[in-house]
Amino acid sequence: MSGHSTYQPQGKFAKWLDSRLPILTLMNAQAIDFPTPRNLNYFWTFGAILMMMLVVQIVTGIVLAMHYTANVDLAFESVEKIMRDVNFGWLLRYMHANGASMFFIAVYIHIFRGLYYGSYKAPREILWILGVVIFLLMMATGFMGYVLPWGQMSFWGATVITNLFSAIPLIGESIVQWLWGGFSVANPTLNRFFALHYLLPFMILGVVILHIWALHVPGNNNPTGVSVKSNQDTVPFHPYITIKDTFAMVLFCLFFGWFLFYIPNYLGHPDNYIPADPLVTPAHIVPEWYFLPFYAILRAVPSKLGGVIAMFGAIAVLFILPWLDTSKVRSGAFRPMFRPFFWVFVLVCIILGWLGSQPAEGVYVILARIGMVYYFAFFLIILPVLGLIERTTPLPASIAESVLGKSGGGSAQPAGSTAAPADKG
Amino acid sequence: MTIRLSLALVLGLAGAALTGPSASAAEGAPHIPKESWSFSGPFGHYDPAQLQRGFKIYQEVCSACHSMEYVAIRTLGSDSGPYFSEAAVKEIASGYQIEDGPNDQGEMYERPGRPSDHFPPPFPNEESARLANGGAYPPDLSLIAKARAAHAGFPWFVFDALTQYQEAGPDYIYALLTHYEEAPEGVELSPGMYYNTAFLSGNQIAMPPPLSDGQVEYTDGTPETVDQYARDISAFLMWAAEPKLEERKQVGFKVMVFLVVFAGLLYFTKRKIWSDVAH
Amino acid sequence: MDSSEPTRRDFMYLATGAFGAVGVAAVAWPFIDQMNPDAAALALATTEVDVSAMAPGQSITVSWRGKPVFIRYRTEDEINSAKDVPLSDLKDPIARNENLQADAPATDQNRAAPEKEPWLIMVGICTHLGCVPIGEAGAFNGWFCPCHGSVYDTAGRIRSGPAPENLLIPTYEFTADTVIRIG
Repeated sequence: MSGHSTYQPQGKFAKWLDSRLPILTLMNAQAIDFPTPRNLNYFWTFGAILMMMLVVQIVTGIVLAMHYTANVDLAFESVEKIMRDVNFGWLLRYMHANGASMFFIAVYIHIFRGLYYGSYKAPREILWILGVVIFLLMMATGFMGYVLPWGQMSFWGATVITNLFSAIPLIGESIVQWLWGGFSVANPTLNRFFALHYLLPFMILGVVILHIWALHVPGNNNPTGVSVKSNQDTVPFHPYITIKDTFAMVLFCLFFGWFLFYIPNYLGHPDNYIPADPLVTPAHIVPEWYFLPFYAILRAVPSKLGGVIAMFGAIAVLFILPWLDTSKVRSGAFRPMFRPFFWVFVLVCIILGWLGSQPAEGVYVILARIGMVYYFAFFLIILPVLGLIERTTPLPASIAESVLGKSGGGSAQPAGSTAAPADKG
Repeated sequence: MTIRLSLALVLGLAGAALTGPSASAAEGAPHIPKESWSFSGPFGHYDPAQLQRGFKIYQEVCSACHSMEYVAIRTLGSDSGPYFSEAAVKEIASGYQIEDGPNDQGEMYERPGRPSDHFPPPFPNEESARLANGGAYPPDLSLIAKARAAHAGFPWFVFDALTQYQEAGPDYIYALLTHYEEAPEGVELSPGMYYNTAFLSGNQIAMPPPLSDGQVEYTDGTPETVDQYARDISAFLMWAAEPKLEERKQVGFKVMVFLVVFAGLLYFTKRKIWSDVAH
Repeated sequence: MDSSEPTRRDFMYLATGAFGAVGVAAVAWPFIDQMNPDAAALALATTEVDVSAMAPGQSITVSWRGKPVFIRYRTEDEINSAKDVPLSDLKDPIARNENLQADAPATDQNRAAPEKEPWLIMVGICTHLGCVPIGEAGAFNGWFCPCHGSVYDTAGRIRSGPAPENLLIPTYEFTADTVIRIG
């Protein structure tokens, strides 16, 4: 969307550079002048928070890789050397480990925002699908990263999850041996997981660029779900959104800091401070918390292949969400029938998460099955049906109308916007 | 209104569902009480005198069976740890025999330890450790305080996050060392096993009760009781597992204060910038 | 708009920006410092060498902190030819001995082990560009560096060639009559 920016580079160097690589024009159009709905709430700051967390993970990851050794005899010790001997090693390791959790907390909030406000609906289907791709890459990266310290949970979590692929008929066993590079999780597995764990975040970065590009074609959604109609509806990205995003990022850093400095092992598992032992299985193998809802779904189905299909299906269903939801209205703010079903869905996801940490027996399995049924029903039954029968509340005519209706003061035009009238009304 | 009602209803149902199963999950699992430690809380710090006593217990009692191979002897001199003097660290180090080599004859040999060495293990490998201990392997103690925790069900784990509870390890070690008991009527102990009501893997443990009153001499007047020994060794093992705890909390305080002030500045800046725009 | 308003607003922006800049610098430091030698590397690695098996005229090379250290048990002739050299003939008149003051002159006494004149202990890295010189070679029968032709005498002092300094003598002590602790 380059039509909105009237930027021209100033100064000889800027003109020279921009005529050869229009990076200055690009930055201005996409990050400075970019018209952004004026009514975004703080749920919209999580895109910036996620960008910050990706940078944090990459930078801490690279410096950790300067000290880590990916070999089964040395990995655990190399992590302890980082914690004890490397200058600020304890800080970098805890930043990376807790940063991964923060990354997932932010991505779940970001996803639920998209679900509630219909950000996945036309014309943002590709934007949504790219987001699911990023989510999958994040899960692969996090899974492999957790194996690297080579603790008990690293080893056994890797064993359990890679063994899942043996459920695939005919070729399953071969695939598992191919993944392992051997007949069990061992040194070849650890080495390749390190290589791929280093690679994938840069692939995430690439898909994030596509994600932002796909966003900038239609522009941001907003809490009303009503599309931008005129520049009365928007403010320039800088300084309005930049300052708001920065503020939100600092608040998020406070939340991050609480874990990093005071409860750095809260989200981890004590068994991962025991070096991996292929001959001793921990009493309860638990993946990291951000995988727990999917782990609960996996174990809810009695058949091995069925569980694998259900688990992957839980993510696959996200890909087709834009076509499952039949509602003509985007935002949950105007969908009173949708809202309770949405909140129950959120609760079900949280409860499935808790169930994933419990033993797969008795009442836990029953609840996990109920939760799984609701999870799939929400996407495959509730959303398609709701759109057809729901009585939505009236939408505002425009974003500006919804904003000016509630606040009596303030001018319609921000002072710095590109199409400001000559006088401030 | 509808949102609030449906949310309340659903939360109520969830609460009932959650507290139900979690109570039954706690059945059979030992209850490990929370003790008070000098290093807990946002301003927690180690007590060097306690760590020095704890180290004495490690040396005189635990090191006969348990290695501590990730800990370098020089760290005993840390001022956010046991804070032994440099001379004391050298003396402690030279008291150990460290395997080194090969020499020019191609043989491994032993030499006195140096501060840069790590604590030498009592057994050369796991197999010989098991042989000497009835088939059970005395675990390395470098990380034991982070490698053990009693299960915390809902809602306790929520409170733990808010109260910054990170002492499940030392709480457990203290409980384990002070809960050796006579096996009750009707319980038959397997050979070589001892009865302990705090042990996380059942009530029978292969480690004999390692502590007894008066076993280790304290020169600073601290009572020489099992309870005191258990507290001191638990604190020492917490330091061994988390030597950077004090630095972490001190840096944390500065960072959190900075972030709060910065957030305040950003908030007012944001308000100022948005003041001329309806939103 | 009154004139004090922009000043207050500008101050707010300035304070916020300055705070942010300080924050960025504070965050950057651990990432830079982690590349510095860690505590284990700093914990002065020392190497002990038993030289009881050495006879006059013999040299050994040991590894210390990853670097080669020459230990030579010099003959009478080597000691005397080193002593006979006037300081003014030396390309580098400073002893380069870590056990002495920084300005100590490069007399044979200041290069050899104290009270143990025949013993010469030096870091075997040419002070030109870092190659390992060859022993009992070169015009002075000391050391010769094959990379660019630096020639050292029997006290390890540079005599000709591009190397600017005498071979470095590290911190060491004889902890027993025939045991040297380096570092």
